[in-house]
Amino acid sequence: MADPMRIRAQAAGDKATVRVLMSHEMETGLRKDSAGKAIPAWFIQEVSAAINGKPVLTAQWGPSVSKNPFMQFNVKSAKAGDKISVTWVDNKGDKRTDEATVS
Amino acid sequence: MQTRREMLARSAQVAGLLAAAGLLPGTALAAWPQAAFEAKTMADVVKALGGGAPAESKDVTITGPDIAENGAVVPVGCVTALPGVKRLALLVEKNPSALAASFDVTDLVEANFNTRVKMGQSSNVIAVAMMNDGRVLYAAKEIKVTLGGCGG
Repeated sequence: MADPMRIRAQAAGDKATVRVLMSHEMETGLRKDSAGKAIPAWFIQEVSAAINGKPVLTAQWGPSVSKNPFMQFNVKSAKAGDKISVTWVDNKGDKRTDEATVS
Repeated sequence: MQTRREMLARSAQVAGLLAAAGLLPGTALAAWPQAAFEAKTMADVVKALGGGAPAESKDVTITGPDIAENGAVVPVGCVTALPGVKRLALLVEKNPSALAASFDVTDLVEANFNTRVKMGQSSNVIAVAMMNDGRVLYAAKEIKVTLGGCGG
């Protein structure tokens, strides 16, 4: 199981800014190890976010996204106390969901 | 003794089981647009995502540094204030696969995303907005990289 994500959600006016830091290797499949063998690709393919269980966002990612990916987005009409959950799925089928409360 | 008919029925069953278990490589996620991530140019990416000819627009903004010291972590953002955006995509023109990320926009989220991408070399970074009415708008920005992010 992968390490937990760090999610920070802050309300400002009628919207909330959500910042997510995921823990993932994000191998492109193009790098080679010291023996000259290609390291197989391993990256997050799909990220989705929901507020109080209602989906707000789905994203498809390729291997060009940096290691330990960062993502920031703004959720409309969110207020303090709302629950933001973020899920990712990688190309090996591993997945992780974490939740944070808007403050 | 097994008849030919039984054999065929059994092999069909096995094939079905294999497919159901997702054992074929690359089928982990049905929704992931493989063709779009394999495309090399913006026009091909947009085509693979089901859009028409892209047009440059001032209403789409791409943010990022002019010079990135480390190509492995380049902070970029894409913003548009236009209503009716269906999808925002981030492309790095000279990467082995141009498309870096594609965000599906809903009514509950602003068309404003920031993330970090890898860049192999200095290149144009492009934000593409696909609208509900079928228009495809983009904005490009050149980012110079002093140290590429794809070396080992």
